[in-house]
Amino acid sequence: MSRIGVFICHCGTNIGGVVNVPEVVEAARHMPLVAFADENKYTCSEVGQSSIRNAIAEHKLDRVVIASCSPRMHENTFRRTVTAAGINPYLLEMANLREHCSWVHSDARDATSKAIDLVRMAVSKVARHEALFPKQIGLTKRALVIGGGVTGIQAALDIAASGHEVVLVEKEPSIGGRMAQLDKTFPTLDCSACILTPKMVDVAQHPKITLLSYSEIVDVRGFVGNFEVDILRKAKLVDYEKCTGCGLCWQACPEKIPSEFNLGLGHRTAIYIPFAQAVPNKPVIDIANCRYENYRRWKETEEGEEPPQCRICEGVCPTEAIDRTQQDEIITEKFGAIVVTTGFKTFDYSVYGEYGGGRYPNVITSLQLERLMSAAGPTEGEVLRPSDGTHPKSVVFIQCVGSRDDKVNRPYCSKVCCMYTAKHAIMLKEHDPEVQCYVFYIDIRAGGKDFEEFARRAQDETGALYLRGRVSQIYQQGDKLMVLGEDSLMGRPVEITADLVVLATGMEPSENAAEIAQTLNISYNTYNFLIEAHPKLRPVETQTDGIFVAGAAVGPRDIPECVAHGSAAAVKAVALLSQDSLTTDPLISVVDPMKCVGCFACKEVCPFNAIEEQVTRDGRTISSINESVCKGCGLCVVACRPGAINLRGFTNQQLLSEVLTLVGR
Amino acid sequence: MAKVGSNTGNQTAERVYSYYPGCSQLATAEEYDVSARLVSRKLGIELRELEDWICCGASAAHSTDHWLSLALPAHTLKQAEEAGLPLAVPCAMCFSRLKFALHELENKETRDIVSHIIEKELSTAVAVEPMLKILADESLPIPVVKPLSGLKVACYYGCLLVRPPEVVKFDNAENPQTMERLMQRLGAEPINWGLKTACCGAGVAFPRLDVVLKLSYRLLSLIKASGADCVAVACPMCHANLDMYQKDMKAKFGEKLDLPVLYFTQLMGLALGFSPKELLLNKHITNPLPMLRKKELI
Amino acid sequence: MSADNEPLIIGFLCNWCSYAGADMAGTSRMAYPSNIRIIRVPCSGRVDPLLIVKCFQEGADAVLVAGCHPGDCHYNEGNYYSRRRFAVLRALLDFMGIDKERFRVEWVSASEGKRFSQIVSQFTEDMNRIGARKAG
Repeated sequence: MSRIGVFICHCGTNIGGVVNVPEVVEAARHMPLVAFADENKYTCSEVGQSSIRNAIAEHKLDRVVIASCSPRMHENTFRRTVTAAGINPYLLEMANLREHCSWVHSDARDATSKAIDLVRMAVSKVARHEALFPKQIGLTKRALVIGGGVTGIQAALDIAASGHEVVLVEKEPSIGGRMAQLDKTFPTLDCSACILTPKMVDVAQHPKITLLSYSEIVDVRGFVGNFEVDILRKAKLVDYEKCTGCGLCWQACPEKIPSEFNLGLGHRTAIYIPFAQAVPNKPVIDIANCRYENYRRWKETEEGEEPPQCRICEGVCPTEAIDRTQQDEIITEKFGAIVVTTGFKTFDYSVYGEYGGGRYPNVITSLQLERLMSAAGPTEGEVLRPSDGTHPKSVVFIQCVGSRDDKVNRPYCSKVCCMYTAKHAIMLKEHDPEVQCYVFYIDIRAGGKDFEEFARRAQDETGALYLRGRVSQIYQQGDKLMVLGEDSLMGRPVEITADLVVLATGMEPSENAAEIAQTLNISYNTYNFLIEAHPKLRPVETQTDGIFVAGAAVGPRDIPECVAHGSAAAVKAVALLSQDSLTTDPLISVVDPMKCVGCFACKEVCPFNAIEEQVTRDGRTISSINESVCKGCGLCVVACRPGAINLRGFTNQQLLSEVLTLVGR
Repeated sequence: MAKVGSNTGNQTAERVYSYYPGCSQLATAEEYDVSARLVSRKLGIELRELEDWICCGASAAHSTDHWLSLALPAHTLKQAEEAGLPLAVPCAMCFSRLKFALHELENKETRDIVSHIIEKELSTAVAVEPMLKILADESLPIPVVKPLSGLKVACYYGCLLVRPPEVVKFDNAENPQTMERLMQRLGAEPINWGLKTACCGAGVAFPRLDVVLKLSYRLLSLIKASGADCVAVACPMCHANLDMYQKDMKAKFGEKLDLPVLYFTQLMGLALGFSPKELLLNKHITNPLPMLRKKELI
Repeated sequence: MSADNEPLIIGFLCNWCSYAGADMAGTSRMAYPSNIRIIRVPCSGRVDPLLIVKCFQEGADAVLVAGCHPGDCHYNEGNYYSRRRFAVLRALLDFMGIDKERFRVEWVSASEGKRFSQIVSQFTEDMNRIGARKAG
């Protein structure tokens, strides 16, 4: 027989001022299995807690009900109290007499009657609690970072600095991400490559970091501390052991393909590194565009025209590093933590028919302008018009292209465009003092350290004309672009003759962000931005333990924020990896193997893939709960047809007993 | 969609439409109506004029009384509904008003009120199609006898034919291509230009002629600079503004434009072998005949 | 069950949103009638429709289930299941001879103390209006 102790708290006058506490204590003494009931002025105080501990010892209590404030407030406090007195912490139940009773009801009689009911419910529930013990599970002390932009680089370096091994997976041939494409950064006008490339080199040289470039995540299994990840290593057709990165091959390759890194403004070869400072600084062969690979494919069918058998790269390579036998390969690695930093791409503005939708060569995106400004870019830092290679003198910037626009389903602000456009206006003026810039904007959002001053500088010092309003149409007139818009502050239409139009295209998640999120079983929103566990208090965690998110994959962010989030995610991963074992919460579902019929309705509803199939000794396939993965939501309990699953701490019997104390006889 | 009937003579599939000429086509834009009917007959399209069609309510109704602006087109729509055929509409303005009415009548409450006004039960089960869409249908063969070779045409859609996209549901509002593809099929060379759907100023034609001149000149000067020989239009307002005021534009802006403005149906008619007289090419203020003669098209 | 508690409303509140919302009503002193008895569950998706039926069978006057707003579930999708399950249950209540009005499913976030207070007040008022269920 259980011996239940009930402790009613006055909480000063918070409870006692409304509820007649002595009456509740008296009622509690007559409830089934209650061996002891008492009241305290402040149960949570040291005095209150020690009186509980004493009562447990004195009256040989084995279960405890504390009727005070919300369990969300002090459940953990009191679990520690009863543990100290030798009772299993899960043999405690709380009745919420404050938030749910005395604070919302003023009639003493009604409140006291309700308080008695609440205590009675708690007593009936605690009698059905069982002692629970958290489990310890082992973990792999390695981290996986997905995405090698500045966020992923930062996360990888920080995790490695703590002494843990890191694998950094990047789908492109080089790490560096978007930041590598930028010329300068706002508001300091630091050279982007100058501050990024040393970090990229650090990644390549760090003994604890394994860099898997030209690779993608295919499948993820397991759970916190024990992930198993399949990684696709795309065939590079270059043996990196032999290759020295001398560059003879990509200088000799005759094939010309629009460069992805330069956003179509320049060309690359079929064997290539995306940019000069690439890490690793070794090339890959773009199989789809390589002449000899095309020949090899043609050879299989001999249909159509015969492509040339080029193989020039093989001829010039001094180390015989070209390896045509390489195949795509999937490797499986184990990790304890995963950091997702898949980054962003720029909005595809072709839906904006009024801006030409891609028909006018001199309408470019801001990222393309970055490439034109970059000394390592296709024009070696000269800003030249794509149509005729002349210097533009009149440049129109259009803000919020694919941001703050319900029409294209992008209602959010991309946050960085106001600032990078200010940067462009300042830099264009530095490149060519004759340039006149015009900026069509909705609002200037310059919240950030030194941002407002910087945006002001663009307006005051460089003479950029900021026009508040949208552009309604761009059309070609001769070799000029006519930009029609509205100046909403002056309340009249404006017409500007421009040499170049730059669209401040907004940020949206990378191409396969949703796919990766699905593989990892983490949430993403309607725009495919990843969802953090809590936007304020858990900004780099996800609902899936052991998986962390950072950078622009979560939402529009600038470089300092991305770096800070990268470091934050690294700290969370390191905190996890620094443990010798993981403790699991015991308030989870359990399957009664005798009742389970193996229908797996539970598996259908489980949001966390916690249900596994298990074959019993008598050959039946039944459900089994992975205790490290289950979060205790109880969806499976309701879905279970034979009633084989129960949720610890909230069992069917407990909920029923609570109901029956209210309505039954 | 059009009803497809039996083959008649050397013509291919027979297509039958109700026809709503609209008031302009009986007056200033007579040549549009005449050429549209000629071309349609030649292509095997039968146009049955609605017996009791009335004003679409353009210009005046929608700026004075919302219910009137729905009731007027509703009367015409009801007839089309009873005729059970899709409704062919040459005028862009009429097309816009009829489409707007259909759009508004999707709402049951609005439909009930308008039904009460016109004292007839309305449905929205009637297809309203612009003449341009019907004649440019690519499944419809065009027996070109005189290709418009060497003729550079600037296709001008104006503001009403393709906008607002969610109401008219026709082509692309920023860069429509229907007329261009049609001109290519006739052997002409459509030019690429950027103000195909910009405003010609028709809305303020009477109170603010200066605005009309400014806006229409902007269009014509760009077309002229793009090297076009003529302008093809599908709207009587556009036609009036671009055709009528070229002299005033010269006086105001100093540029001699001399750009013939023709209905796309007239150009179709030429390619199909009709004479300039049949197509009323002599009705334009900016005379197209010298240019057509120079191009050896007549 | 004392007579002055009629009508008796049993409330199942999810731990993460609605229970916290009820706490919020408390900390903000947003008073509501004392008829409701709250049972804490981890998720509205933990509430078995059969348990609701049991509540009515045993004589409860009304049942409230409250969870996170759709899209905000702590367990990502638990409330989607409860939404569907209770839509089905609602259809069955008529069949069982129980006034549909006696069963309510609401979404209350952790910050919606006021909303929780209003819901309970309104629910209690409605139950007072239609009266207690007569046993047998």
